Amino acid sequence: MNYNVDERGYYGDFGGAFIPEMLYPNISELKKNYIKISNEPGFKKEFDSLLKEYVGRPTPLYYAKRLSNRYNCRIYLKREDLCHTGAHKVNNTVGQILLAKRLGKSRIIAETGAGQHGVATATVCALMGIKCVVYMGQLDIKRQAPNVARMKMLGAEVRSAESGSKTLKDATNEAIRDWINNPEDTHYIIGSVVGPHPYPDMVARFQSIISEETKWQLNKYEKRDYPDFLIACVGGGSNAAGLYYHYLNDERVKIIAVEAAGKGIDSGESAATSALGKEGIIHGSKTLLMQTSDGQITEPYSISAGLDYPGVGPMHAHLFRSRRAEFISIPDQEAMDWGLTLSQLEGIIPAIETAHAFAILDSKKFKPSDVIVFNCSGRGDKDLSTYIDYFKL
Amino acid sequence: MNRIDNKFKEKKNLLSVYFSAGYPQLEDTVTIIKNLQASGVDMIEIGLPFSDPLADGPTIQKSSTKALNNGMTTEKLFTQLENIRDQIDIPLIIMGYFNPMIQFGIKKFCHRCNEIGIDGIIIPDLPVEVYHEDYKSVFDNYGLYNMFLITPQTSNERIRYIDKVSNGFIYMVSSSSVTGAKNTFQKNQIEYFKRVDDMKLKTPKIIGFGISNSETYNAAIRYSEGAIIGSAFIKFLEKQGVNKIGSFVSSIR
Repeated sequence: MNYNVDERGYYGDFGGAFIPEMLYPNISELKKNYIKISNEPGFKKEFDSLLKEYVGRPTPLYYAKRLSNRYNCRIYLKREDLCHTGAHKVNNTVGQILLAKRLGKSRIIAETGAGQHGVATATVCALMGIKCVVYMGQLDIKRQAPNVARMKMLGAEVRSAESGSKTLKDATNEAIRDWINNPEDTHYIIGSVVGPHPYPDMVARFQSIISEETKWQLNKYEKRDYPDFLIACVGGGSNAAGLYYHYLNDERVKIIAVEAAGKGIDSGESAATSALGKEGIIHGSKTLLMQTSDGQITEPYSISAGLDYPGVGPMHAHLFRSRRAEFISIPDQEAMDWGLTLSQLEGIIPAIETAHAFAILDSKKFKPSDVIVFNCSGRGDKDLSTYIDYFKL
Repeated sequence: MNRIDNKFKEKKNLLSVYFSAGYPQLEDTVTIIKNLQASGVDMIEIGLPFSDPLADGPTIQKSSTKALNNGMTTEKLFTQLENIRDQIDIPLIIMGYFNPMIQFGIKKFCHRCNEIGIDGIIIPDLPVEVYHEDYKSVFDNYGLYNMFLITPQTSNERIRYIDKVSNGFIYMVSSSSVTGAKNTFQKNQIEYFKRVDDMKLKTPKIIGFGISNSETYNAAIRYSEGAIIGSAFIKFLEKQGVNKIGSFVSSIR
């Protein structure tokens, strides 16, 4: 079975481009050009050089000795938290800004939930001197004040999304409406492997540097270029897509995707899309999404704003349905505890999103010879106030 | 023959009006339809509310949210419309986003529309190609037209393609924007209306988005077979309620 995107823009049953006619010219322009442009030698050279000199790649593949000893297996962390701006998000925004420039666009829009993608977008816009507007839910603006300030310092305009539930889903709606209203000069940098084709594939390709590096790094340390397990957290799923990308069709590698159970799958306050979602359309993509029986999209909940999305990228919906990946959901409390555990075992304070992934170590059993790669997708600086409140630090 | 075709045969300069079902009050749907027909409106678009209406501006977002909070659902709308053809003979179109229709079941949705006497559907987020590949046969089985949008950015080549595969009418979006009332048209919009009108399409065109008053209505019908009003009517309902609809319609034409 092929787990990558097909010519029609689908991953199995999922994906496609369910877009209003108003977006047709923009989406078809992207579809025609994204692979062609990103394969041009000039593009590759600039992309690689920015990833190296500006983002700080390659990020280390770090053998976590104390963690490995405790769980009696061989655990590596792919240190995306060491990227400039503090998470993997910037891999994608560097790629898309270079693409936008080559498409002649002079204005960038983006959506953001916790603010990480907003900051990564504002950063590359500052780097390129391009105007940047970031949509953010009114509630998130209040909850994530430091990231709002960072975006403003970087010269971006942060617009409050005040429709619907005033969070990430609504910020995405507002960004799409902005694009409908500004079809000629504007490129929309989506932050995850969601949205209409070709976005899920384009974002996955820009994030695939994560597994590209993992391959040669593993080869160096383990004398084989593949692990036994890949583990990443999934909201929309961009860090996971990047970690899985070069191993999708390598059946020797088992894939684990970790979703946010919030206050528990059956609590009504959860973001475990694979468990709670049904097939439908969100933000232009056919995928699994949380919705009412009448097809109205519902509001997810997780303590981590980055996993708080009612849908999931179509690649992951396909990995779930085809059983290529095992999906596990982790409640708030276990994720928070793992934020502390990883800090004190390895000296790495993870983002709360990232902490969800590690929490599977408590239930999942591994053999001593198993090589496991976790995507350490982001650092915990942005979550300090949540950690402080939670642990009364 | 579909009522939409008949309407274009018998009349020029059609006025079509959109409203969100379940707004301002849950049970207003039938009253609004009756009052619109009594006021001489030629065609009605019944909006099926959705939580995330991507192509809509603030007015219709607000009315959709209110309608959902009032308790509107797809099943509820069909129940309200059950006997609508006892009193209404103008074309009725359901306009809504695709996800609620998928959850209801496309076949079941079309079946219910057919039973009630709905003439066509407009689904802004179902692209024409996907419709033709995956859904057209179901719609055809139930005698339902599916109308498509074109915009100022749509290439002539694509307009020709959409014209070729269209039934009923082509929904001409007046500007590169989401829905919303505007007071006047810009020069480039008029040029776009002219450009498309000069293409002499086989399918009638109705201009929508940004029609709010007699000025924009009259400008639109110079270059098309009709015009659609949505946001301006919803704003009127918000202020004046459902009983003075005649005065709204007579302010337009």
